[in-house]
Amino acid sequence: MGGGAGVKAFRALTATAAVLDRPDIDTDQMVPKQFLKRIERTGYGEFLFHDWKKDPAFELNRPEYAGARILLAGPNFGCGSSREHAAWALEDYGFEVIVAPSFGDIFFTNAVQIGLVPITLPAPELKRLIESVVGGGELTVDLEAQTIADSAGGVVSFEMDAFVRHCLLNGLDTIARTLQREAEIAAFEARFPSPVETTAL
Amino acid sequence: MVHEDPGEPALLYVDLHLIHEVTTPQAFDGLRLSGRGVRRPDLTIATMDHNVPTTEGPIHDPLARAQLDALRANCAEFGVPLYATGSGREGIVHVIGPELGLTQPGMTIVCGDSHTSTHGAFGALAFGVGTSEVEHVLATQCLPRPRPKTMRILYTGDLPFGVTPKDVILGTIGKVGVDGGVGHVLEYAGEAIRALSMEGRMTICNMSIEAGARAGMVAPDETTFEYLENRPAAPRGADWERALERWRELSTDADAVFDREVEIDVAELEPQITWGTNPGMVAPVGGVVPDPADVADDDERAALERALSYMALEPGTQLVDIPLDRVFIGSCTNSRIEDLRAAAAVVAGRRVHPRVRAMVVPGSAGVKLQAEKEGLDHVFEQAGFEWRRAGCSMCIGMNPDVLGPGERCASTTNRNFEGRQGRGGRTHLVSPPMAAAAAIAGHFVDVREWAGVRA
Repeated sequence: MGGGAGVKAFRALTATAAVLDRPDIDTDQMVPKQFLKRIERTGYGEFLFHDWKKDPAFELNRPEYAGARILLAGPNFGCGSSREHAAWALEDYGFEVIVAPSFGDIFFTNAVQIGLVPITLPAPELKRLIESVVGGGELTVDLEAQTIADSAGGVVSFEMDAFVRHCLLNGLDTIARTLQREAEIAAFEARFPSPVETTAL
Repeated sequence: MVHEDPGEPALLYVDLHLIHEVTTPQAFDGLRLSGRGVRRPDLTIATMDHNVPTTEGPIHDPLARAQLDALRANCAEFGVPLYATGSGREGIVHVIGPELGLTQPGMTIVCGDSHTSTHGAFGALAFGVGTSEVEHVLATQCLPRPRPKTMRILYTGDLPFGVTPKDVILGTIGKVGVDGGVGHVLEYAGEAIRALSMEGRMTICNMSIEAGARAGMVAPDETTFEYLENRPAAPRGADWERALERWRELSTDADAVFDREVEIDVAELEPQITWGTNPGMVAPVGGVVPDPADVADDDERAALERALSYMALEPGTQLVDIPLDRVFIGSCTNSRIEDLRAAAAVVAGRRVHPRVRAMVVPGSAGVKLQAEKEGLDHVFEQAGFEWRRAGCSMCIGMNPDVLGPGERCASTTNRNFEGRQGRGGRTHLVSPPMAAAAAIAGHFVDVREWAGVRA
């Protein structure tokens, strides 16, 4: 379970990169609503881009992207619904890293929670990476060095919030981390009694 | 705020945690797996909204039934109060929070739903989270959060006749873009916002996420306090007076500096209609479907072509000439009593176009009851609308209320994404009066031109 125990740590990865260079891909496209009725946490990979995948020309159906573990995507990737199922589906499908010029805020947080690495890269640099893998190709993502290298030797650096990077590198259980602050939480509760009581309604 | 270290996200205390059936089963499983409990069931409240049927009778979908059963079992196991279907207090989570007076100024409110931004209308910091963070809040009542950037949208001028808060927010998203608010919390400010009811402010804050912002807020004022007074969870007596004192201090400082400022003159706004596959693809009612040939940027042009292909629209088509198959009035954006009154005023004495199937889904059991007291159900039914039970319904289409492939719908909801209301369905987002008028005409109309209509 993301956020809890068992988040995978990520250091570096060399793998095939797939390109899905469309802007504003919403989480409804990643996992359509009918699959949100499941109460399981696993097995969402087969539903990833369910409707789009029916089109033989859809990018992820290309043979050169088979086995891709890195996804290069357009701006505002993962906008819309908060469904964490979208991040679960990308991870279950096999992706470990998503690179985009920007991400939907909630999707970004959800991805970090489960150890799916979201990397923000300015559009011009991302375009160059995309050109290097169109038709099939590998990239090497190094989270410690904060670099992405193509197979021709080109290297680009990326920025990432230090705390987010720390969580991803170590696969942190963020709930356990918060629970270490138990004394402070209890002190806060004593000082600011809650304004509502749902159980008394 | 419970704790803050430099270089790390602040640990926020969550004053109210709203939960529903769809984004919580895996969070409760996570608690069981790690042997953790719910820290504050008394600050947590559950309802059934996303996949409940809006017709009477049993739930036929076994997956939906299993998910609702799971919520019931989880709430019982962990002591979380649940407003189940039939309790009289059920409804869309973002409608019942304010309705019960649970949503109050200055609170931090989270929910596993992106439209949690709705509660920002009360001057609360309210935002949507994923299931991992639902588990985090259940276990700790806290959430680590980095400090967001701030953006103020200042609305000047007076809202013209026939132009609603829905048009204000659609026009705003059209201007700033669907990623304009990414990384920011929005403040909606200005005289035009002050003049709005709480319902109108909720409509605007609701769609903050459609502009990319996780949260949007309006500073609380007398309108806020008047709305809250005497609601079931609102403070009473001396507590109420103390709360008012506290709430009156929650306005933004006059000299506050924002990371970004945008100004919009609402006097210039017209009723809005989306023509594409995200809420930023929007135009005034007098406009036309845009032409990809006019777009210079390759990526933007490709996105526009894809949207028009999905929507089956030709460039240059007048928006008012677009024929409709379905009309949906409902959702956490536009299913409150004022929305239903505005729509009913348009349909009163008229008939739904024979080609159109039209439906009204009140936001909560409470809204439904109030509407029925006012006779709005009869107005809708006599006009040929279906009058349904409360829920999210065709905004997300997890229950049997869905569009068929190719069906075109005028909808008061918040998302026109591909397949949102049903696979292959085509959604146009509009205000309640615009949706109501479209149901009668069978195509979009400029509701301002309908004589006798007080939109």
